[in-house]
Amino acid sequence: MADSISLADAAPVALDIARAVIEARDHLSEIDGATGDGDHGVNMAKGFRLVIARLEGTDFDLAKGFATIGDTLLSDIGGSMGPLYGSFFTEMADALDGRDAIDPAALLAMLSAGETAIVDLGEAAVGDKTLIDVLTPSRIAVEQAVGSGASLPATLTALRDAAATGLESTRDLVARRGRAARLGERSRGVLDAGAASCELILRTLADGLARHLA
Amino acid sequence: MNRVINDPDQVTEESLLGVLAAHPDLLARTDHPRVLRRADKGATPRVGIVTGGGSGHEPAFLGYVGPGLCDAVAIGEVFASPTAKSFHAAFQQADQGLGVACLYGNYAGDNMNVKMAVKLAAKDGLRVETVVANDDVASASAEEAQHRRGVAGEILMWKAGGARAAEGADLDAVIGAARKTIENTRSIGIGLSACTIPANGKPNFTIEPGTMEVGIGHHGEHGIAVLPVAPAREMAGIMLEKILADLEYGGENVAVLVSGLGATPLMELYLLYGHVDEMLRARNITPTHRFVGNYFTSLEMMGVSLTVTRLDGELDRLLRAPARSIGLTVAGE
Repeated sequence: MADSISLADAAPVALDIARAVIEARDHLSEIDGATGDGDHGVNMAKGFRLVIARLEGTDFDLAKGFATIGDTLLSDIGGSMGPLYGSFFTEMADALDGRDAIDPAALLAMLSAGETAIVDLGEAAVGDKTLIDVLTPSRIAVEQAVGSGASLPATLTALRDAAATGLESTRDLVARRGRAARLGERSRGVLDAGAASCELILRTLADGLARHLA
Repeated sequence: MNRVINDPDQVTEESLLGVLAAHPDLLARTDHPRVLRRADKGATPRVGIVTGGGSGHEPAFLGYVGPGLCDAVAIGEVFASPTAKSFHAAFQQADQGLGVACLYGNYAGDNMNVKMAVKLAAKDGLRVETVVANDDVASASAEEAQHRRGVAGEILMWKAGGARAAEGADLDAVIGAARKTIENTRSIGIGLSACTIPANGKPNFTIEPGTMEVGIGHHGEHGIAVLPVAPAREMAGIMLEKILADLEYGGENVAVLVSGLGATPLMELYLLYGHVDEMLRARNITPTHRFVGNYFTSLEMMGVSLTVTRLDGELDRLLRAPARSIGLTVAGE
């Protein structure tokens, strides 16, 4: 099995992510409705529908695909998620500059850049019940995999598992950032909507890359 | 869902078309589909005033663009912040060479998008200063006042900031007037029923029949207490008590704004205002500026918000100055 996948071969993953978010529209809105205003899925789906319209039928690789996602979310979505995920995908695309393939190191560079962008903008930390509770442990898991010389498939499995664990961890947390923060103790017991979409994006990324490796 | 709409996903766009058709004397479109500007830009160059926020709060935010108020507005999806690019385009529209004051409400999305837009504007050499309204006393404790949401108090902030700009003040003075207004303003809401974002098709929070949520947010964010529905007199007492406990009021003049949240009849808003007026005067506080109506709504939520602003000579003068917009018109003297 190869230990890298070319950015050209990985291109469909950008569309996979868009379709997965659109499909999860109602699910994400429902999670958001428990602590926020219930529009998370709606706004995300609206943005990713535009992404598909802009990407389909064009020639793009994964970096270009992520750059298009980033630009679309920044230009057309607004809310909190527009700037957060917009910067996330823009920075991931930039981190692929000068690379022609995804290997464990490239995956780490991408996630680190995306994480930094979100932390700078949202100023959230692990434990605040936000998407950072998914993203940071996922980046750390990939970092550890890279450190131990794991293969790309093993690294993708580590990413997927860490994202799932991170999402579940938000259930017992009390929100300290975003609209749910005003709920205090009442935010405990439900998942965070941003964490749910982040897990979905990372899972779809990991699964998509793994499928192209197989 | 009984609503007067076509496509639930196009409500914001389609509503804007109607706004522009109805108010060509006040509002004009720009190159950016989600930014409107004052139709008549005004003769004298002055500091530009920009606001922006999610849709569904009409007449906020676009209804406060006009002479003596805001110069341009960035418009978001229902209950979602406008994009950074929209705010940036609104800054460019409002700029007349003297800088721009961006006066908006304290929400995570708005904060992020404004922050990014201010950076974009700085690259153009455009100076933008911001004031973030945080007048909702129910949304965080006094110690954590920086986390409080901005609600209907924003209207008085726009009024004072817009009037100061119209007087020809520089950017620092305009920002100072807006900041002073919001620092002296407190608001609280009571929700009686939930609201439905058209694209969601069902309410994302519930208020049980026979109960009211004290301190509810403009998007249904939970308040501080769920109580059995009380007579209007008691609602007025509960809201006023929370507001007065938060800022020393006594023997002074205030502005009072009672806004419906969307589905409460004006008749009931006036009924409530009568109690508020009486209770304030009993404490030797005189409401010298009074606003009762649907100033800042939350789709079809039933309920009411109360805003009180402590006035000094400057704020009194700025609130008296003439202004004209969909949401607020002051004839002036």
